[in-house]
Formats: sequence, structure tokens, C-alpha cells
Amino acid sequence: MTRSILISSVLHLILILITAMSLPFLAKKPINLPPIVSVELIQISDKTNIPFAPKAQKTIEKIKEKEKKLVSEQAPPKKVKKIKPDSIPMPDENIKKIKKVEEDKQNPEKIDNEVKQVSEFEKKELFDPNNIAALIDKSKVESAETLKKTDKITQDQDRNIENTGLSLSEEDALKAQIFGCWSIPLGLPYNEDLLVRIKLELKPDGSVISSEILDHARMNKPGQGFYKVLAESALRAIKLCQPLRVPSTGYERWKDLQLNFDAREMLEG
Amino acid sequence: MIKKIILLVFILLPFNAHGLIKVDITRGNLDPLPLAVSPLAIDNESKTKFDEILNKKDIGSEISIIVEKNLKTSGLFNPLNREAFLQKPDIANLKPRFEDWKLIKAQALITGKVNYVDEKLRVEFRLWDILAGREMMALAFTTVPTNWRRVGHIISDKVYERLTGEKGYFDTRIIYVAEEGPKTQRVKKLAIMDQDGFNNKFLTLGNELVLTPRFNKTSQMVTYLSYFKNLPRVYLLDIETGTQEVVGDFPGMTFAPRFSPDGKKIIMSFAKDGNSDIYTMDLDSRVVDRITNHPSIDTSPSYSPDGKFISFNSDRSGYQQIYVMESSGKNVKRISFGKGLYGTPVWSPRGDLIAFTKLHKGKFYIGVMRTDGSGERLLTENFYQEAPSWSPNGRVLIFYRETKTDNEGKGFSAKLWSIDLTGYNEREVKTPTDASDPSWSSLLSN
Repeated sequence: MTRSILISSVLHLILILITAMSLPFLAKKPINLPPIVSVELIQISDKTNIPFAPKAQKTIEKIKEKEKKLVSEQAPPKKVKKIKPDSIPMPDENIKKIKKVEEDKQNPEKIDNEVKQVSEFEKKELFDPNNIAALIDKSKVESAETLKKTDKITQDQDRNIENTGLSLSEEDALKAQIFGCWSIPLGLPYNEDLLVRIKLELKPDGSVISSEILDHARMNKPGQGFYKVLAESALRAIKLCQPLRVPSTGYERWKDLQLNFDAREMLEG
Repeated sequence: MIKKIILLVFILLPFNAHGLIKVDITRGNLDPLPLAVSPLAIDNESKTKFDEILNKKDIGSEISIIVEKNLKTSGLFNPLNREAFLQKPDIANLKPRFEDWKLIKAQALITGKVNYVDEKLRVEFRLWDILAGREMMALAFTTVPTNWRRVGHIISDKVYERLTGEKGYFDTRIIYVAEEGPKTQRVKKLAIMDQDGFNNKFLTLGNELVLTPRFNKTSQMVTYLSYFKNLPRVYLLDIETGTQEVVGDFPGMTFAPRFSPDGKKIIMSFAKDGNSDIYTMDLDSRVVDRITNHPSIDTSPSYSPDGKFISFNSDRSGYQQIYVMESSGKNVKRISFGKGLYGTPVWSPRGDLIAFTKLHKGKFYIGVMRTDGSGERLLTENFYQEAPSWSPNGRVLIFYRETKTDNEGKGFSAKLWSIDLTGYNEREVKTPTDASDPSWSSLLSN
């Protein structure tokens, strides 16, 4: 009896050993891998209200004071007297007005200075062969103004000069400047609506008084995270570029400006 | 009177109103964004503790170096030289002097601090918009000190996501086949490492030939092919527990098992009755379904991220080309029509592109095309390269490249390389041995 139990257990043991050896997955030891520790991220911006470091506070105050001084030193923009609708232009007055228009719209001396100041790179942009259309347009404006010298300036003509948009050359100069400043976030989905409209209020020197995202509601919409990223990149471009390369004349025309940042073309490749 | 005023307003309105000038900005620059990664501040007490535990003199600085390297390798950021920084880390972390950072042309700044709290490593980090002068993001987390490299990767991912609008890919791993020995007698082991090449670990001993490891995109599970007694056998390896199991033995030539997007099936090709077709296997029931049934050779199947379509390569047209079909096997459509042979199609996790290997006039290319076959772009060309695998955000591809041997049969090597979708940012991913067949994991943390 004992003998048969012994034989049976030995045979069982041999059977188990054979099974274990012939099935390799049983023989495989678990691989010793470093554990993946889960990490929980917490938003801390609401929890902490960091005070200014004393040194930083002083520096910021100094800069603010400087900015204030700069603002106070800056002359306010000239107010152009508008012609009263009732007034009938006298021959002498006409001559004076023509001179004024020449100074304001053409301002040849000022344009010369600007061209001298720009860098070699910017000069190339100004004489970009692709912008021939813009140059033609500019020459049209100039020729039109030369013609005006001989004609009497009426109330309608004066209003037209003030109300027209940027000429192609002016627009191209502004675009070229912003193209260089705008770092497009490359991760954005190119098949989405990637248009950010920003309304700007500008100072006469082209610096930005205020900027407003026109579709602001989209910024915090769920699933529109990419729009926020794009809008922020556009705002950074404006800040980086300012003062914007705006025309030296006709402030009233462009003091409010809308920039439409559209990344689709670039992202689609 | 009121009527008169209203009338006057209407009369005067057209005289004063003028249209708002609108300018369309349709171009920008694709230069990497200049940003500063300030070393994470750390107090002396924590510094000493971490030095004792991790043997790192300044863990704050080490973590910021990881962030810096990650962001630089993405090709989208240009981390500025820290020697140019004017503000010390401890003060920058409190409130950066934006003017100081503007001076060095930084557009964004990362600051933070590390502390030793209750035997754990606590990190706080902030991302600042220098031009707008405001905080963009502030996050904190606590983890075990040995996890310090992952801390750097997590920070990198969060910064990348906040600035680019898409998820990062830094807190990830790459599984690959490590190769050693002469070309004719290669020893192949399964190996895993962080995406930046650190923490390399061999998972098998090398006594069995291993091929084509592939990550499950929804979990830390890997399927791979191994030859046991000259028979191909498909394995499942759980990276979290380290356990592995045999899914099954398959006859003839078996290729590249790959998970379905939900992780419930694996799809592969194997030869049955002398005909190589595509099959799926349900991992619960182990039931095998035949998806294609064609006398040609159908291989390299890969699911679309929604699981509705399968891309594969087939020589049914006479030459090896890429095809797309519904997951049931219906509506097979050829999508590649260029010159040369196309293979190893892999669907992007974003669902918009298919990466492939192309052989044309003796050269190998890694490229991408839209899922309908349009917009083919070849990203890189070389003597021999193949097996692209996508980063979890669908922005970068990792693949392997072999070099030519000389007349004496020497000089052969196989290395991992990565390239982003622009095709300009090509880098070697350093591995301790030769390497092939890489597969990128999903993000370890979300």
C-alpha cells in the first residue's frame, strides 16, 4: 500500500516537472521593471498669490515711472481742423490748404528719413519684387496727389483721403513686419477654423494702446484649447512687433485696426 | 425736438463713420520659440536630502536640464543659454522681472521649485508669458524621489501642450529590439527605455529571437513575436507587472502583431495554406478571424485610431503598395500610386496621416501621406531604413536605420532615429547597443 502511494507520488512529481519544463511561459520569470508611479497634477495658480519680490517691485516701479515720463514728454497728436461745410473757400485759403495736404499726405522729408533708418533687411522688404503691385498702387496715390495740387480741394476729396484704408504698400509693410514676429504654434489642427481676429487701438507712433480678441468667448470654450493657444501667439506677435510699421500720416484712418491671424495656409503646408 | 436730434445723428453718422481697416496675416515664422528654462529653486535642506538619496548635487538644476533638452529636441523651442539669465532661480520663481527676460529675447519662461516633503519630492512649476507679463500655467505634484527624471518629462509635456496646443510626448517609453554581434549571428533582445534614451533595460536574455514589439496605445502592454524552436509565437508583455504570456503559435511566416485601438484584439499577418493574409485574434476568447482572403501577400496591418479602418501592404497589383479597407475586410482600396514599393503603413494617432516606408531606385524613404493617399511627403532618405512608429501626439516618427557593411563585412550598425513631420528635425536616439523595430508608448501620465 505504502509502496504504491510512493510510486504514485513519484510519478505525479515527474509529470508535474515535465509539464513545467515543456510549457515555457510557466518557466518565464516576471520581468523586473521599474514601477510606473502615477502622478496627480494640481493647479496652484489659485492657491498661491505670490507677492512681488522687494527687488522686483522696485525695478517695476522704476520702469513704470520711466514710462510715465515718456508718455508726458510725448506730444499729443495734431488735431486737423475740419473744413466747415458752410464755408466757401477763398482763393488764398485754397493755396494754404493745398500746402497742408502736401505736408500731411506726402511728407517727402519724413519718408526719406524713415528709409534711411531702416536696416538692410527691411530695405529689401521695401523693394520686394513681389510687391510691384504695391509700388504701382503707391505711384497711383502719389500721382493722384500731384493732380490734386492743381485742383481745388473740395470737402468730399478731403474726406476721401481720411476715410480710405491702407494702400497696398502700407499694408504690405505692416504684414511683412508681423510675419516676422508671429511664431505659429505648429501643433494646431489644420483642419479646424484657425482665424483669430484682434482689434487694435494704436498710438500715432504705432504702439498699441489696447488689443481685443473679437471672438473672446471661444477662448474658454471646452474643446477649443487650440484657439486659445493661437490667440495667445497672435497677441505675442503684436507685442513683439510694436511699434507697428504704420504710415506716418493719416492717423485717423488707422488708429483702429483689425488684424486677422489665419494659420490654416501655413499649417496645411 | 427728439426727432430732429435723431435725424441729425442719422445725417451726421455717415460723415463720421469710416470702415475699420482689416489686415489679413496669413504667414508667420516657423522658427523655434525662444524660451528660458530657469533652474528649479531648491532650499539647502532639501538639497542635502536629495544628494543623500539620489546622489545628485542639485536636483533642481538636473530636472531643468531634462526639460531644456526635451524642448530642444522637439525642434519647436529654442531654450536660451542659462549663462545669459539675469535673475537667480529663487527670485525668478517668486515673480520674474519680465524686463530682464525680455532683454535676452525670451518669449516664455519656466520657473519652479523642488522640495523634500514627507520623504517625497514636491515640485511646483510655472510658465510665464514674458511679452504679456503674465502667468500662463502653474502646477504642482508630489512623487517619489527616484521618479525625478519623469518629473522633468511631465513638466516638458505640460509646457509643450500649453504652448503648442497639442499633447506632449516626453513622458513616454520606447520598446525596441536591442541587437549585438556580427550581422550573420545577431543576438536580439527586447529592451525598453525612456524616450530620451535613459533608463534602458533589457527584458529578455537574447536566447530567443525577438521581433516587432508593439505597444498597446491604451495601456502599458506590449505584443511581440518570438521564435521558439523555430516556430513563431506571439507574446503579450505587461510592462506594469512584468508578466508575459503566450497568445498562440502560428504557422509559417508570421509578421508584426499589433493591437487594435481598444486593446481587445491583435491584428497580424501569417501564412496559412501557403497564402499570407491578415487575421485578428480576440485576446479574451482567442478566436482568430480572417480579414483578407487574396492570393497575394498581405502584410503589415495597422488600425486607424477609431478602429474603423485597417491599412496594410499588398502586392495584389503586381507591386507592393498600401491599401486601406474597413475593419471587416470590405471595400479594399489602394491608396499609394507613386513609383517604387510601399510598405509598413502605420496610422497616425491623430488619424490624419499614414506613415510608410518606400523603396525606390535602391533607396529607402520614410514618408507620410493622407489616409486617402493624397499629399505624399517623403521625410527622410537613406541606404536602409524602415519600421516607423508614431509618437503618441502624432508629431514625431521613430524608425531604425542600418548602415552599409564594407568589403570585409564590417561596419554594419543599426540605430534608432527620429524625425518630425516637418522633415527638418532628424535626430539619432542613443541606445547602448544597436537597435531596431522601435515602438513608442502612450503617455505614462495624462
